[in-house]
This record gives sequence, C-alpha cells and structure tokens, in this order.
Amino acid sequence: MTQQFYVSPEQLMKDRADFARKGIARGRSVVVISCRDGIALVAENPSPSLHKIGEIYDKIAFAAVGKYNEFESLRQAGVRYADVRGYSYDREDVTARGLASVYAQSLGAVFTAEQKPFEVELAVAEVGPSAELDHLYRLTFDGSIADENGFIVMGGQADKVSEAVAAGWQGDLDFAGAIRLALAGLVADKETTTLPASAVEVAVLDRGSESSRGTRRAFRRLEDADITALLAEEN
Amino acid sequence: MQETTANQVAANATSSFTEHLQRQRPDLLPFGQLPFGQLPFGQLPFGQGQQLPAGNPATPLQVPHGTTIVAMSYAGGVLMAGDRRATMGNVIASRHIEKVFPADQFSVLGIAGTAGIALDITRLFQVELEHYEKIEGTLLSLDGKANRLGAMIRSNLPMAMQGLAVVPLFAGFDRPAGVGRLFSYDVTGGRYEEQEHHSVGSGSMFARGALKKLWRPNLTEQQAVAVAVEALYDAADDDSATGGPDPVRQLWPVVYIVNRTGAFRVPERELAAMAGTIIESRAVAQREA
Repeated sequence: MTQQFYVSPEQLMKDRADFARKGIARGRSVVVISCRDGIALVAENPSPSLHKIGEIYDKIAFAAVGKYNEFESLRQAGVRYADVRGYSYDREDVTARGLASVYAQSLGAVFTAEQKPFEVELAVAEVGPSAELDHLYRLTFDGSIADENGFIVMGGQADKVSEAVAAGWQGDLDFAGAIRLALAGLVADKETTTLPASAVEVAVLDRGSESSRGTRRAFRRLEDADITALLAEEN
Repeated sequence: MQETTANQVAANATSSFTEHLQRQRPDLLPFGQLPFGQLPFGQLPFGQGQQLPAGNPATPLQVPHGTTIVAMSYAGGVLMAGDRRATMGNVIASRHIEKVFPADQFSVLGIAGTAGIALDITRLFQVELEHYEKIEGTLLSLDGKANRLGAMIRSNLPMAMQGLAVVPLFAGFDRPAGVGRLFSYDVTGGRYEEQEHHSVGSGSMFARGALKKLWRPNLTEQQAVAVAVEALYDAADDDSATGGPDPVRQLWPVVYIVNRTGAFRVPERELAAMAGTIIESRAVAQREA
C-alpha cells in the first residue's frame, strides 16, 4: 500500500498559485482603460471570433486572459447571472460589484476545491455617468478581488505593459487617445512598434450611449476599419 | 465517464434565456404556474381562430386586456401600431397603456390579450433575444426569433385555456433577404407569416376592413404611418375596447417602424398631426357611420 506524503497547506496553495500564474503569463495581455468618453477595452487577439472581451449587461463589460474554455464559461455564467437578476428585479439593479463578487466566490471555490485552479484573470468594468463613477474590478485565479483606479493590465508581461500605460494615462483622454495608449502599451514587451488592426480586439463602453446612439446598451465592438481609422488620426 | 461529462456539458450549453430559467428558476417564468389547475387538452376549442378560448366558465377573471394592434409592410420595411386602451370587462383599465415594443434592434412585437401576462412575455422575449446575442456574439435570424416567440405562446397555452390568452403580432427586418416580414400567432403557438398587412385584438376585424381599403403596395413611410393611424381610428369607431386618438389628453397610438437601419418609434408630434388630419377630414365629410 502506498503512503500519501504529507504536503503542508502553505505548500499546496503555493503550488496551485504558481501553476495558475504560469498559465496566465503564457498568454497575451489585455488593457482596460477608463477615460472621458467611457471605458476602452483592448486585447491582443488575432482571432476575429474567439473573443477575450464581451458584453455582460447594459453598462457592464468583461475582459479576460488565460485559458479560453475557462474564461468563456465564466463569461457565459456572468451573462446568465446578470440577465436573471435584471429580469427578476430591474435592469438598474445589475451592478458590476454584484457580478464581481459572484466571480470572486466562484474563482475562490475552484481554487480551493477543484483538482486544478482556473488559469484566468478577469476584469469587470462598469461605466458610470462620469469617470469618477466608473468601476473597474480585477479578479485573480484565487478569488481575490481588487477595485482598480484608472486602468487594468492583465496577462502576458503585465508589468512592462502596465508601466507603459501608467506613463501615458490621464483622466481626460478620449476613446481614440485611450485606445492608442493601450496599443502602445501592448507593444511594450515586443520588438515591433505597432500592432496591425487585425491582431487586436477593441471594444468600448460608451458613456453617452443613450444620447449618441439611442440605446441603453453601452457596449460596442470596434471593427478593424474603425481601429485603422483611429490609428490613422494620430499621423 | 469521459463521455458522460462531455454529454453533460453539451446538454447544459444553452443560448436560450427561457431554457435557462426553466432549469434554474422556473418560478420566474410568466407561464410557469397554473393558478387553478390545468384543463384537459380535449377541451381545446378548435376552429375558433383568434377568439379567446372559453376558460373556466364559473368565474371569468377580471384582469386588464389589451386590444387592437395593426401591422403592415411598406416600401422600406414594416410598421406596427397599437392603440392605448386596456379594458377590464366593461371598464377602461388604462388609457395610456403601450402595447407595441421593440424586441431588439431589428424587430418589434405587439400584444393583444391579457395585459399582465403579455407584458411579462414581452419582457422575457426581449431578454431572450439580447441573451442569445451576448452568448453567441451574433443576432438570431428573423425566423429564429419568430419561432422562439411561438414557443413562448405555446407555453402559455394552459393559461390561455383558463381565459388568460396572449396573442402577439411580430414584425422585423430580415437583413439577409433585405425585406420586412410579418408574423401572426394563434394561442397554440402556431406561427403564420402574413403578407401585406395584418391585425390582432378585439378591434382587429374593423381595422382589417380599413386596411383592405387603405393599404397599397409600396407605401412610403409617411403614408404607412397615416394608414395605420386611420385603421386604428376605424377600429376605435366600432369597437368599444379600442381607444381612438385622444386630443383632450394628448394621447396618440404607439407606432414603430422597422427598416434596414433598425426599429424606431414615430415621434408623438408627427402622430398628433396625423391624427388631427384624420379627425378633421372625418368632421368635414359629415358622415354618420
């Protein structure tokens, strides 16, 4: 009969955390920036159909890095949570805080109870009537939750990208400025100086969607052509 | 073991909000529970078209009912309009209820029948379409939307048997085909594609008569709105449960147009002008009937 070796809880948690961190660092980065026009979400993602950024509800968006199947199941669970809540109470009762806390609990439960932790890191963003009322939550693989100010960088070589974004971030950026800043950040850990529009996925949470587009749904995905046009403005 | 897990995952994957509620929160569905037990299917009153089926004959439930909805195609798409009245027996329950709603960016639905259930089905249908769009990342096809609405109406059949029927009218722009299309339903969820124009609700036969005379192929948007307002005027003239334009309270029908660019509500002031023109022309004609 084989004897099970004793592993201390500290060691067990450390091993699991290292495992998850390695998985997340292998991927490419995602940048979420709060600015004057709303919130810009930018991901390095060559696939036009397998998204890293998604719409959750009227004012709430989701961005993730890590294993696709894991964050996709979390995204769908989030959409279901938000839609059930909005249907049973009211649309305005769906908040990013509630969603983030459900995500934190699920990630925490998976981290301690399952065979392997989720190799993902999530951002939940909610656009408010003004930039001060925007909410950005960062959720890590172990269920920790952090309320971030201004911007979030996750995945890949997040330190380098984060440095580049922090250097250029100001509260009064418009969408074009925020997206350019995010793209500049995304190339910080590479040798190239620009990313083609087809290699990135960009979406925005529009602060004035009711007045400008007549819809309460603030989320809007930008096509390659829109991104190219934004980048061209710079020159 | 492996296969069981895979099967479970596949079986649990749904893009339908209604299906999700049926599994997880059946209490939230508008047609989840039966208040006074289900009637046997043998009592389904066949052949009555869109009449409300005879329910529990002992006590007809006194709840608000929505009345007339008209819809028609025009040169650029489709249009739907509804009057503003809800009735409860011989009493006017509401003078400003709205019965035509945008279902999503490219479709609208109007509802006649039991107002409470109809409003909840509308809300569920709106969430259903948005939910699919968010989960799948693409819009449902127009036929897909029409079928989902049919399934919801069928789920409501037990309630309809109790006299709480809901009969919707659905219109949308079919983007791949580039045309506006109209769908009507019966209480069993039967879905029928309509050509040219259609109407449902208590005043529908009068509205239909008016539409037959007023509707022409390739109406412009403006003309189509005028035709819809006039058809509702005629329905209100002969059906006591349909409300006409109300200049005293400044209440006009709710009109939505759906074309290539999306679904839009026609502004109140345009409708006020149109209703004014119709009332004036009828007054000038000095006709009794």
